[in-house]
Amino acid sequence: MRIRTAGVVALFALALAASGCGGDSDEPAAKDTPKAAGGKLVIWADDKRTAALKPFTEKFGQENGVTVEVQAVPNEDLQNNFVTVSSQGGGPDVVIGAHDWIGNLVQNGAIDPVQLSDEQKAAFNETAVKAVTFNGQLYGVPYAQENLALIRNTELAPEAPKTIEDLVATGKQLKAQKKVTETLCLQVGQKGDAYHIYPLYTSAGGYLFGTTANGDYDPKDLGVGKPESIAAFKKIAALGEKGEGVLKRSIADTNSTATFTGKKCAFLVSGPWATADVKKAGIKYDVSAVPGFAGGKTAAPFVGVQSFYVAAKGKNKALAQEFVANYVTTPDLAVALYQADPRPPALTAALDQVKSSDPDLAKFIEAGKNGQVLPAIPAMAAIWDPFGKAEAAVIGGADPTSTVTAAGKTIAGSIK
Amino acid sequence: MSTPLSGPGPAQQAPGRGPVRTGSPRTSRTARNHAPITAAGLAAKVILLGLVAGIAIWAAFPLVAAEKWVGLAVLVLTTAALFYLYLGRRHVPAKYLIPGTLFLIAFQVVPVLYTASTAFTNFGDGHRGSKDDAIVAIQSSSVKQVPGSTQYPLSVATKGDPATGALVFLITKPGTDTVSVGDAGGLRPLDPGAATVGPGGKVTAADGYTVLNFGQASARSKDITDLVVPTAGGALRSSGLSRAYEGKAVRAYEAGCDCVKDSDSGKTWTADGEVGAFVAADGERLAQGWKVNVGLSNFTRVLTDERISGPFLATLIWNFAFAIGSTGGTFILGMLIALALHSPRMRGTNLYRMLLILPYAMPSFAMLLVWRDMFNTDFGLINNLFGLSVDWFGQDWSARAAVILVQLWLGYPYMFLVATGALQAIPRELTEATSVDGASRWQSFRAVTLPLLLVALSPLLISSFAFNFNNFNAIYLTTEGAPFPADNPSNGATDLLITYTYRLAFGGQAAQFGFAAAISLFIFAIVAVVSAVSFRRTRQQEEVYA
Repeated sequence: MRIRTAGVVALFALALAASGCGGDSDEPAAKDTPKAAGGKLVIWADDKRTAALKPFTEKFGQENGVTVEVQAVPNEDLQNNFVTVSSQGGGPDVVIGAHDWIGNLVQNGAIDPVQLSDEQKAAFNETAVKAVTFNGQLYGVPYAQENLALIRNTELAPEAPKTIEDLVATGKQLKAQKKVTETLCLQVGQKGDAYHIYPLYTSAGGYLFGTTANGDYDPKDLGVGKPESIAAFKKIAALGEKGEGVLKRSIADTNSTATFTGKKCAFLVSGPWATADVKKAGIKYDVSAVPGFAGGKTAAPFVGVQSFYVAAKGKNKALAQEFVANYVTTPDLAVALYQADPRPPALTAALDQVKSSDPDLAKFIEAGKNGQVLPAIPAMAAIWDPFGKAEAAVIGGADPTSTVTAAGKTIAGSIK
Repeated sequence: MSTPLSGPGPAQQAPGRGPVRTGSPRTSRTARNHAPITAAGLAAKVILLGLVAGIAIWAAFPLVAAEKWVGLAVLVLTTAALFYLYLGRRHVPAKYLIPGTLFLIAFQVVPVLYTASTAFTNFGDGHRGSKDDAIVAIQSSSVKQVPGSTQYPLSVATKGDPATGALVFLITKPGTDTVSVGDAGGLRPLDPGAATVGPGGKVTAADGYTVLNFGQASARSKDITDLVVPTAGGALRSSGLSRAYEGKAVRAYEAGCDCVKDSDSGKTWTADGEVGAFVAADGERLAQGWKVNVGLSNFTRVLTDERISGPFLATLIWNFAFAIGSTGGTFILGMLIALALHSPRMRGTNLYRMLLILPYAMPSFAMLLVWRDMFNTDFGLINNLFGLSVDWFGQDWSARAAVILVQLWLGYPYMFLVATGALQAIPRELTEATSVDGASRWQSFRAVTLPLLLVALSPLLISSFAFNFNNFNAIYLTTEGAPFPADNPSNGATDLLITYTYRLAFGGQAAQFGFAAAISLFIFAIVAVVSAVSFRRTRQQEEVYA
């Protein structure tokens, strides 16, 4: 019996030790309030941006006597993880992500509007402010914007093509001379890529959503499946595998840039993120707008904006608001973020600072001048997959009329 | 071990306790009393139970903080039961069964029950939280700046203790030194000279008030965001810790009509408990909804929605073909190689074995992606090597053949390994005896080796089948379900039920967890039936050969 009593005593000692070890990490609320002078601000960002943010958040923390913690979450999981933890009442105070998340984040009650003064708003690129405005409210503070452009190998194609027809003619000539194997590197893949085909789709006359009186996208006016979209896809089909062979499913997100840097094609449709690889490959290149069809409309790429959001369920909303509305709006941070990931800053002052050292930025902005803000409405989520697949099917030689009509039905069916 | 009827067992037995069953428990208890207590055993017990207690105490704090009393009760009961069980000397079978059972409950039963309960709700994007959450979200996202209003430099102050005292806003009229103090009662001007205004307009000190610094203020975050100072045009609210703006909540919930009213447009959205959303008369829904029970509608949707039920059967057939093809193909190939290497005339078997295991040693995740690129029409290794121009993932049958080929490559080393092991367990005398009897090698394989192999490998084949039946990665990382028929983007030729479900649940409008859970239950039922039938057959087979 004695040995058992000793065992029980030892056991409880161990239990307390074990729970003591665990206790540290998991009760910030109970522990921090009385001791630490300030609250704690938790920021979620992807790996690259985490590194760029750290010096600034540390400075912010020191200046204001608060603790700032930047947690790296992989970009592809960020939105989903954030919505999940937010619905359970936890999560970060500030989140960084693309503006087209806004619709979903708002419908899940995960973010709060940000109140900027008119002067603060005026410091930003107009498109960027428009992108983060949803239902008439500003939901995020933009820091960078991005859009597609045509990157061309100037050794192979010195002149920027004015139309797709020009581009195809140049590409074919280069192909005949055995200088390249592909006319155009525009990623399609087996399930298509709505984002990358969009400039051609708009140039050929198609649209995704109509706009309401106040300029917002209107999910009730769906353009896919309408005669304009069928006509547009017919033009795309003519460039496809059964037509000119310019658009191919074998060129996908995984090999598009690599094919360009391997000098197998003279033209690449991509965004600012591709320039790093192109530079590394030592290719002489230039950036211009994605050309449209001759006699068609201007090709409009999607303009996307990267932005800071204030989490609705954050523990320290006042501090989060302070950080997002009054600290992120300074050019220094925007420049640092640009250096971590070269997308054009949304703050005009920051763009002016970096423009001179990086001529590509102005060219990307110029290429996005005719762009359309990527719709942030939740209905947009219903577009990507069916639209992309219809694109892949049409490029593979399927009948545009029936394919696009079916895609339109599928999309309309999943928009509530 | 010892004579069963000695010891204190019968004497200590409480009277009147189960007279019928006294025999067998008595025997076992007596035997146990003789089991020696070793120091190592005791230490293991103390450490393990200490860990249990530690985990329980660690888990209890968050549960108490979140006021989850049911969870706490379950935790306390489980821990108490574990202590009772392992500190006592009785219930020996339970001591062996309980850990496994607990893990079974935690990792199998609870998720299945949770999935099942989710299947009856509309849980998904836009319907994640409670109705109260939705109302809060609607109201707080409708706060708009009053048009033409100014923003003021703000300081947060209190008359009491910075950590607990009631908070006030000290705001400065931009461009002047006029300071006003605001609280829930409204805005009052402060005597000129009573406050010191710093550069930028922020009040740095005020008579009778303690101005909170950022650190102190951020610790009172919730009080600050909740503080609303009513004004003529709306109300002053904080925008961070250094600015205040005049805003107005345009939408408000009214409990009387259970509806949300928009004061600008006058529009009303009434709560609809069936769909979990506020719906206007014209059918417009507010985006922020809540989770409600929708009964069987997720299940009926699977059966009645043409887009889903139409391709369901074709997908199911391909799903079976894929699972059987992957399992059967890898088994036959693995077994043939194992047989070849098992032959005593084979030289250098170790080298072969090492090489053959290589595909198994590589991460399948990466290999699937490599294979996907090898099947690329224009740039892929396979077409380039053989001078083909097959659009592998673009045609139904070539795509199907390709994914099975990839599975074959990934899976045969496993089958080779287990078949090698099982072959070595078959006594050579048996096959030698058949050859003495004059059987051909084929007859000997058919009659002796294969049946004995199958007895050993059937459970593995069944589990391999169940795994491949739901082999999400095999499809999602290669074809992603492609090729898709031109008129149906939701269901491709190589889609398995699981990839198809994934697309339905997450690929369209937004995450629809309730609906995905309903389809998971269908898949669960199919796999369960297949496994049950196979295990029955295996058992019969074992009875024959055992």
